[in-house]
Amino acid sequence: MLRRKRNLIPFVFLILLFLSTITAAWWLPVSPSLMDSSLRLMPLSSEYWFGTDHFGRDIFGQTIISARVSLLVGFTVAVLSTVLGTITGLIAGYYKKLDSIIMRIIDGMLAFPSLLLALALVAALGGSVTNIIIALTFSFWPVMTRVVRSSVLQVKNIQYVEAAKTSGVKDPVILSRYILPNVLSPIIVQGTFIFARSILAEAALSFLGVGVEPSIPTWGNMLQEAQIYITIAPWFSIFPGIFIVLTVLSLNLLGDGLRDAFDPYAKGKRKKKKRLIKRQ
Amino acid sequence: MVLEVKNLKAHIDTPDGVVKAVDGVSFTIEPGETIGIVGESGSGKSVLAHSIMQLNPKPPTFYPQGEIVFEGKKLLQLKEKELQKIRGNEIAMVYQDPMSSLNPVFKIGDQLIEAILTHHHMPKRKARQRAIELLTDVGIPDPEKRFDAYPHQFSGGMRQRVLIAIALACNPKILIADEPTTALDVTIQAQILELMKRIQEKYGTAIIIISHDLGVIAQMAEKVLVMYSGRIVEKGNVEDIFYHTSMPYTWSLLRSLPRIDSETRNRLLSIEGQPPNLVHPPSGCNFHPRCPFATEQCKTMYPQLTKRSGDHYAACILSELEFKEAKKRLENREQEGRQKHV
Amino acid sequence: MSEALLEIQDLNMHFPIKQGVFQRTTNDVKAVNGVNFTLNKGETLGIVGESGCGKSTLARTIVGLLKPTSGDILFEGKSILQYNKKELHELRRDIQMVYQDPYTSLNPRMRAGDIIAAPLKAFNQTNNLKKRVMELMELVGLKADDYNKLPHQFSGGQRQRIGIARALALNPKLIILDEPVSALDVSVQAQVINLLEDLQEELGLTYLFIAHDLSVIRHISDKVGVMYLGKIMELSDSESLYKNARHPYTNALLSAIPLPYPDKEKKRERIVLKGELPSPSHPPSGCVFHTRCPFATEFCKGNVPTLDGKNSSSHYVSCFYPMENKQGEFPRQ
Repeated sequence: MLRRKRNLIPFVFLILLFLSTITAAWWLPVSPSLMDSSLRLMPLSSEYWFGTDHFGRDIFGQTIISARVSLLVGFTVAVLSTVLGTITGLIAGYYKKLDSIIMRIIDGMLAFPSLLLALALVAALGGSVTNIIIALTFSFWPVMTRVVRSSVLQVKNIQYVEAAKTSGVKDPVILSRYILPNVLSPIIVQGTFIFARSILAEAALSFLGVGVEPSIPTWGNMLQEAQIYITIAPWFSIFPGIFIVLTVLSLNLLGDGLRDAFDPYAKGKRKKKKRLIKRQ
Repeated sequence: MVLEVKNLKAHIDTPDGVVKAVDGVSFTIEPGETIGIVGESGSGKSVLAHSIMQLNPKPPTFYPQGEIVFEGKKLLQLKEKELQKIRGNEIAMVYQDPMSSLNPVFKIGDQLIEAILTHHHMPKRKARQRAIELLTDVGIPDPEKRFDAYPHQFSGGMRQRVLIAIALACNPKILIADEPTTALDVTIQAQILELMKRIQEKYGTAIIIISHDLGVIAQMAEKVLVMYSGRIVEKGNVEDIFYHTSMPYTWSLLRSLPRIDSETRNRLLSIEGQPPNLVHPPSGCNFHPRCPFATEQCKTMYPQLTKRSGDHYAACILSELEFKEAKKRLENREQEGRQKHV
Repeated sequence: MSEALLEIQDLNMHFPIKQGVFQRTTNDVKAVNGVNFTLNKGETLGIVGESGCGKSTLARTIVGLLKPTSGDILFEGKSILQYNKKELHELRRDIQMVYQDPYTSLNPRMRAGDIIAAPLKAFNQTNNLKKRVMELMELVGLKADDYNKLPHQFSGGQRQRIGIARALALNPKLIILDEPVSALDVSVQAQVINLLEDLQEELGLTYLFIAHDLSVIRHISDKVGVMYLGKIMELSDSESLYKNARHPYTNALLSAIPLPYPDKEKKRERIVLKGELPSPSHPPSGCVFHTRCPFATEFCKGNVPTLDGKNSSSHYVSCFYPMENKQGEFPRQ
């Protein structure tokens, strides 16, 4: 899958972003938390690549270390909602009796726009990284449940599941060895999209001022602080904005690429096309 | 001669390599004749049929060699627009799966009228009349009423009748039937085969029928092509193929059929091994790994189709006499083996 | 004397059709409708019928995947319908199944060896697991290095061998074969049928062989039951059925099979059935076959025939006007 340029570029971007943000302390030329009131809202320069903010801090460094919380929130939410959604989806899809109970609850949760639901939850719980993760997981896992359930409904009617049943294989084994491996691809794809959407959602919540504590640098917090300076120091809001867009775009492209890679039909077609182009 | 296929090759580009689906096939069809193409899955019989209509997706399919001549026109060289004038109009096709070959959201009658109006200009009222006539011809009871029905209201057999009616809409010169009864039950299959014969008598259409079922071929065809791994391994009149079999593959296939008419319940004589790998076919004669008579020579040399008698050709290095003796020896050995077993 | 392994007594399997907003049951699909037969140890009973006749539903009911509407299934003299969950699980050791489609009946993400080992693991017979799997693979004619291959690396016939090895793993007494060869090529079909026969002889298995093809059934069955619309029309020992089929439907099926004799085939007289299969939710009154039967009378419309032996203890037919000897129906070479 990574042999394709369309998939390789977003992958490399995400890896670089991840590595640079965890090693930021060692290589950043200017400490991102260093305040210098003489350097307030400076435009781009060779020393301050992205300019400085209203406290005179380096925006480049801020943007890089902000990725920590954004990626952390996104990844944790993606993993948690994948785990929760997969378990509930497997159960709902496989056991007819539990299906109506689980799915009515899920339907109820899906009736709220996910961002609004998260907003209400954060408002109730109070803003912190943990609470944001809880709130976002809560609003995203129903989507995963639906995806998993519909895949399970298809797979469980394929004959090898019935064959396993008549061989005496017990339900937990059927679910883990026969159904789960065959629904894994939509799960991974959906998980990637949830990753992207929760980064966006975290930024949106922080921007609205109900997200992560303002003292912790995140892209959302940066945007929130930058909004009043947008006319005099546009770079302050543009760069964190660009990083959000690039990260989300990369994740979405990666998700699309994964989906194609898991679809045997699309794969064959593409390879054939390539070869024919070579021939000509 | 209505159609001539000359040394046709149709190859398919796949991720694993080039599949030689059709590899040097030649035959002709006379008007009003029925030709049967028999072979197992992967033998290339469907690709061959689709090549005549130029219906193989291109790419991945390509035609490195050969010619298809229909009434003096070389089909491989025609432009898509000219091909469309021939497709459905002069050469029509009936498919295996009557469930997915009809559009589920349109009425049967409208699909039929569309088939007629695609190639002929006539007032809609007249087209409707023709459509009802066709439905009557293919034995749909109550055609006036069934005209407004949707495909899902028809059973499999009825849908296949409708597809035959659509294929006949423009009175084609050739009807290609690709496994037309494989998805149907035997009693319905008997009805459809009966219908195809009746239609041929009435319209004088040449029929190419493709099947894996030797019984269907025996019942329908006058001439038979036996395909194995992209090549014709035996061709001739139906009697020659079934009664004077000259190619070990055809012979083994006929022998391995379960029969309802055998005297006692006896053991089937199977063909050993698996069908050949399409990307890396065996060297020499494609059938040699499974052939009970194979010699060292068969591994290296591919036998050409050679004349046996009249129009009967077979691709085997054994002459008719040698083949007869080899069969006798094998049968004796089998007899001994059976006696020992008892 | 052979003893009964499986007895089916007046078995009914009706599926409710639910309609409307309140999912009220408006009608039933009578997939299996009053079926009786006995299968003795070591025998093969062939069940033959066209699509929609209920033969696969019958199979699923016997392996316990469906709970029948009424009737009884006796396995070794005990009613399996009274079994609790644990007993049903134990029953799986004795009754195994082989499926029609070798492409969908194997988990594409499991290796051949693991597929065959699955039933053994399910019953915790994990001593010498690999050795046992190897034994099974050899038994069905697979090579040792096939152990780690994935299903898509096999051809159809080899996949069906994997399916058979899986069914044999627990040393079952009864194997239900649901159209085991109909998805295979002719040249491979014979291999699989021969394999099944060899296994039966070697292991003393009992088969319930379901197929739509009377000629395949001919080569493997001791007894044959012909099903139509959920009912058995004719039940007989194989020899007698093929020599002297008495039900008009059986005769129609036999005469519809195209034989590989071109000259005789073109002249052959057939019983071509009228019309189409009626819907199993509204089966015809009286004899269910009367709508398509060439010999039906008014009497057939109002009265239901029973499966009756008349003057034979091994040939039962459910018809008011069974056909008599018609030797030489099939062209012979």
